[in-house]
Amino acid sequence: MPKDHGIGASPMRREDVRFLTGRGKYTDDIALQGQAHAVFARSQVANGVITSIDTSEAEKMPGVLAVFTGEDFVDVGGNPAGWQINSRDGEPMKEPKRPVLAHGKVRHVGDAYAAVIAETEEQARDAAEAIVAEIDEQPAVVDMGAALKEGAPLVHDEIGTNQCFDWGWIEDNRAATDEAIKNAPHVTTLELVNNRLVPNAMEPRASTADYDPGTGDYTLYTTSQNPHLTRLLISAFVLGIPENKLKVVAPDVGGGFGSKIYHYGEEALVLAAAKKIGRPVRWTASRSESFLTDAHGRDHVTKIELACEKDGTFIAFRTETMANVGAYLSNFSTATPTFLHGTLMAGNYAVPNVYVNVKAVFTNTAPVDAYRGAGRPEATYSLERVIDMAARELGIDPLDIRRRNFVQPDQFPFTSAAGLEYDTGNYGALVDKLEEMIDRKGFEARRKASEKNGKLRGLGVNTYIEACGIAPSNLVGVLGSRVGLYDAATVRVNATGNIAVMVGAHSHGQGHETAFPQVVAGMLGIDENSVEIVHGDTSKIPFGMGTYGSRSLAVCGSAVVRATEKVINKGKKIAAHMLEASEADIEFADGQFSVAGTDKFVGFGDVALKAYIPHDFPLEEVEPGLEETAFYDPANFTYPAGAYACEVEVDPDTGKVTIDRFAAADDFGNVINPMIVSGQVHGGLAQGIGQALLEHTTYDADGQLISASYMDYAMPRADDVPFYSVDHSCQTPCTHNPLGVKGCGEAGAIGSPPSVVNAVIDALQSGGHSNVTHIDMPLTPSRVWSAMNS
Amino acid sequence: MYAFDIERPTRIADAVKLLSDSSESQPLGGGQTLIPTLKQRLAMPERLVSLTAIPEMQGVCLSDDGALCIGGATTHATVAAEAGAYPALAALAANIGDPAVRNRGTIGGSLANNDPSACYPAAALGSGATIITNTREIAADDYFQGMFTTALDDGEIITELRFPVSEAANYQKFDQPASRFALTGVFVAKFADGVRVAITGASEEGVIRWSEAEEALSKDFSADAISGLDLSGDGMISDLHGSGDYRAHLAKVLTGRAVSAAA
Ligand SMILES: Cc1cc2nc3c(=O)[nH]c(=O)nc-3n(C[C@H](O)[C@H](O)[C@H](O)COP(=O)(O)OP(=O)(O)OC[C@H]3O[C@@H](n4cnc5c(N)ncnc54)[C@H](O)[C@@H]3O)c2cc1C
Repeated sequence: MPKDHGIGASPMRREDVRFLTGRGKYTDDIALQGQAHAVFARSQVANGVITSIDTSEAEKMPGVLAVFTGEDFVDVGGNPAGWQINSRDGEPMKEPKRPVLAHGKVRHVGDAYAAVIAETEEQARDAAEAIVAEIDEQPAVVDMGAALKEGAPLVHDEIGTNQCFDWGWIEDNRAATDEAIKNAPHVTTLELVNNRLVPNAMEPRASTADYDPGTGDYTLYTTSQNPHLTRLLISAFVLGIPENKLKVVAPDVGGGFGSKIYHYGEEALVLAAAKKIGRPVRWTASRSESFLTDAHGRDHVTKIELACEKDGTFIAFRTETMANVGAYLSNFSTATPTFLHGTLMAGNYAVPNVYVNVKAVFTNTAPVDAYRGAGRPEATYSLERVIDMAARELGIDPLDIRRRNFVQPDQFPFTSAAGLEYDTGNYGALVDKLEEMIDRKGFEARRKASEKNGKLRGLGVNTYIEACGIAPSNLVGVLGSRVGLYDAATVRVNATGNIAVMVGAHSHGQGHETAFPQVVAGMLGIDENSVEIVHGDTSKIPFGMGTYGSRSLAVCGSAVVRATEKVINKGKKIAAHMLEASEADIEFADGQFSVAGTDKFVGFGDVALKAYIPHDFPLEEVEPGLEETAFYDPANFTYPAGAYACEVEVDPDTGKVTIDRFAAADDFGNVINPMIVSGQVHGGLAQGIGQALLEHTTYDADGQLISASYMDYAMPRADDVPFYSVDHSCQTPCTHNPLGVKGCGEAGAIGSPPSVVNAVIDALQSGGHSNVTHIDMPLTPSRVWSAMNS
Repeated sequence: MYAFDIERPTRIADAVKLLSDSSESQPLGGGQTLIPTLKQRLAMPERLVSLTAIPEMQGVCLSDDGALCIGGATTHATVAAEAGAYPALAALAANIGDPAVRNRGTIGGSLANNDPSACYPAAALGSGATIITNTREIAADDYFQGMFTTALDDGEIITELRFPVSEAANYQKFDQPASRFALTGVFVAKFADGVRVAITGASEEGVIRWSEAEEALSKDFSADAISGLDLSGDGMISDLHGSGDYRAHLAKVLTGRAVSAAA
């Protein structure tokens, strides 16, 4: 029987009432009295020296209140990278300053070099067009290989190179891995591209700033996945506004997918402008600005080698990757291709040798940073493509070769050759479940039926593992993180027994407002509807590191559990007094505090009321009130894993790929709300399928973004994806967090691209195209057709 | 968007007058191309003259000689619903864009714009339609003059389209994955005096006829009839969605499919 409430039940998402009826309140919906409008002047060229910016005409235009250029921000700090990565030789990464507005040079198309504040947006736009900027265009570097060549044009002259770092993981394993590959009976080598993606949140970025000259307080309303982090970056690094004078509010946010983790220059600009003109200042990105300036995702070029025995036993993985960081280091850009990628390069496998080399490269393109999955999709794609290729070369069934190499259930906790300690898992069970879901036995008949219709059918499979619940602060500190990655929650019980929970995680599609109350209500034995989640406001929430890396429930949810436990403990003290019993004898279950072994009890609501109306209260032992805060810092990452399968049909005449079916078996540990989890997987799968088949970010040699609108950038639409079959019944609960949960937000996007590509290769091979062993994503009709006809 | 004035005349003559008053005036059909252009500040007309309130330019009917007549400001949705006498054309209209585009966009706007990837140009050229304006009648063969270029003069508006209804016809559209305009599209129509084949989305010249295929199909209206033909990728559009060779190949595949579907 499915449960109807509490942990494991699937109540409808309460936030959907406002989202689906158009009542969501987004940053751009906030209209402050007297607000002015900001418009940015952005570079049309990818690389250029700013020789002069003449704003005199613009300043005289109707409605103009202020004009800013990079000159106005030379004395403030840069927007920093959050992780310090060292190169193999010990040299720290190159970290050029990322200014609020470009100064001296523009480095990518869309790089903002000036901003106009005016009474209306149209006036600001008119004035921005009247700014005369002399920009001396320089040759651009777009291709990473070219960027690393001697004499290539430099993105940042002052660092003398386009290489940000040259990182090895694990450097001490390099020689052994090289040796193992040299001596291996079989080596499969694959060069591949993990295509750059534009995040395309439905809501574009927006920021509105307010400054109160009476108090010196700033408020920033902004599209953020983590308002505290944004406040910290602005305070400690960029503008130096003290944290106690800066409130950051992220109201409803229409999707982020990573792109709204980061602090962007526009946020600093509206704050500075609000102070200067003494009025609120708002800015909302156009869709074109989103394409040009949101941090993009992925963009790796990789060579991977898999060494194995003839029976398919893995001996070593070695990868060399170039990772594009774009023109500036975005906040997580250095962590994504390293510690969220290299550490996963052992996959689900008990392979003895792994070595990863990553060169991060500056180019004259938009910054690249974490995007749903962040590093782990790149790792999974490289591994699961090369494994598929090896299986084909060795004539081994693609699921069997994986089974043969899995870390076995009795090996956990297992330290992988890439250095992570996997706490639990049962990968064989996932693959068994997958086989059951996809009717593998019926595949040959389906293939024949497709062939009768002139189509080629293929089946592709893969597994994945990810490190989520980001992250244990002590570990990430060693790995170079400049912040801790705990989270926090306050559980505030009101006098009448209902509850507000202030959480550091920010919900922008994840369903926290529904799932978190299930946890609290389940623990307290009360109605979910009497629990409210408060998020996205630094003045209301103790602290938080926000939402990304599938961490909300595993990390912030754990803080919620800890705070709720504290509430129960305090409640026991109050109940003991009310029941005239010893605290040690008080038990709490099903919403009642009772004296063990008796029929004496008080309800949770009675205790709450007593806490706030403390007539006759043991003030010397307990404070009035019932409100507790907990910070939670995990002991380890969590390790969700899964097995995915995709079946495609390829039209050999046109190269068009149609996904006929897709199955996903995931182990997320315990599941709080199965419906929300399925929804998260569905969304992730759509994004993964988008990457595999459609999304094609293209810069030309001059650094112009060719795919800068929906006319050329193909997002997955409903009819591009099949009805998914998803399962999360294979559960090996996380061993180190109180809920036993692992995180589900990114899995679909991480796990799906390889099985789509594997399926297309399988289809083409079945059609006699035995020379087609790889096609780079996205597998557009023209690319598939070209591969078949090359 | 820059500021502009808008007029909504209800008679063709008034529209023409408003357009000739000032060279800064521009006709507005459904706005599905023009409004996005204005939003991006890529054009700055002082005045838009909407054509959608003119009853004479609305609707679909059959003329005495059996041709299908469509008012220049008729929406794609109306053509899809009411051009049943020419099923290939109705089906083409039903597949343009999405419902919002079809409920706004007009046949005159599409043909005036002559986007190299648009669908209607293939139907007009493939059917040998007549483009009727406020001043003259233009044969489709003379009307299309390259990408985004037509025989229309400044201030001249398309008031009506006349499509001779063929014995058999079909339009095959291969979607460009992002825009879902035609990456390549082929309209094939069989008349008593021969077959016409028009290709959109492929050539750098905009919509074109494929005369070798027309010749072969006029003799033998079957997909096999063109199997020996080769369409060159030279002069075909190459972009991130496909090379010229790919488009040429698609044109041939789609022609075969159109013939099979029509036959
Ligand atoms: C999302 C989307 C998807 C689309 N998909 C497709 C597709 O799959 N296939 C396809 O063919 N098209 C597609 N279109 C284009 C659509 O068909 C437009 O309707 C068409 O291109 C322009 O028609 P309109 O009536 O909107 O013209 P407008 O945008 O109003 O005008 C376009 C141009 O024509 C001029 N004009 C308008 N009417 C007349 C007239 N009667 N006489 C002379 N000049 C005139 C205007 O001055 C302007 O220069 C799509 C558009 C969008 C936005």
